[in-house]
Amino acid sequence: MRTVEQTTQEVLDLAATHFHVAADSLNADDDFFRKLGINSLQALELLSRLENHFGIELPDYEVQGVSDFRTLASRIQSRL
Amino acid sequence: MKSFDGKTLRWDWNDGVVELTLDREPANEIGTLMLAELEAFVRTFDTLAEETSVCIISSAQKHGFSAGADLRELYEGAAALNGPEQVAGVRTFLQRIHTVLNAIDAAPFVTMAAVHGICFGGGLELALVCDIIVADKMARFAFPELRLGLIPGFGGIPRLKRDLGNALVRDLLLTGRSLNAARAQAVGLVSQLAGEGEALNVARSNAAQIKKFDAFTRAAAKKFLKPIPHAELLKEIDLFCELFTRPAVMAALKKFAESTDAMPYLP
Repeated sequence: MRTVEQTTQEVLDLAATHFHVAADSLNADDDFFRKLGINSLQALELLSRLENHFGIELPDYEVQGVSDFRTLASRIQSRL
Repeated sequence: MKSFDGKTLRWDWNDGVVELTLDREPANEIGTLMLAELEAFVRTFDTLAEETSVCIISSAQKHGFSAGADLRELYEGAAALNGPEQVAGVRTFLQRIHTVLNAIDAAPFVTMAAVHGICFGGGLELALVCDIIVADKMARFAFPELRLGLIPGFGGIPRLKRDLGNALVRDLLLTGRSLNAARAQAVGLVSQLAGEGEALNVARSNAAQIKKFDAFTRAAAKKFLKPIPHAELLKEIDLFCELFTRPAVMAALKKFAESTDAMPYLP
């Protein structure tokens, strides 16, 4: 079982890879919409990437209003 | 007409396979222009059907297959009219798109949707008329219409019920949540999964196999397997038009039309 810290790091790594930014440029408390300059369509791409990686389903409404990696990771953790 | 290069889509016929490519920025929103070009496409069926084994529908837009109906155009068109005229305009549009989708649904050749990225609302309704949905593993499927106070209007509910269990249909409609490709395959919405960027290639591979089969038997099997739910489709148009008259719908569409986000009704 992953710890929430491990999950958070995997979320950061996946986001960095998907959006082609340096992994060490992202932090758990970053607002990913602002930091990555992404829109809601691109956020959905990240959601698909995360669901495929973790093998879970994360309904859109569970991430509605979530914009930082730490909270996103905690929502994922609750589905693992 | 074996090939066509329009403003929102193009098609090209080659050796028994016609490929229809949706290509309207930003995400293949289905408005009046795409509808007119889809009407032109289905008009070719009379002449092309006899020598066509497979039709593959895909998208050239990077964000996905289609985000659905052009809601900004819908709002702007409706806002310029009074109540009864609004509903009449919406009904005419729906009847035209139903005619197109019914023609694709009933085509005697095999139809495949090669889906990547978002396949939402009217985009999902277009995919649902196809016999086979091949999905890129990053594809997502949803009916978000209830977020706007509406239901799907292009035949989505009857066709989703045709393919899936009613419990899941209610879940998708009433929560508006999107399904990823793996889940969509697990529940039977998608029949084949493809790697990233490979949906069209997988569909072409299927087409090469399907072409080997007898055309008469293929058409007969398809008619037997996939009846068109005409009565429910007509009821869906009536319900959509009834809901469209509610002020909350115009308010939700206005909010959508005025947003600068790519998909304002998404999280």
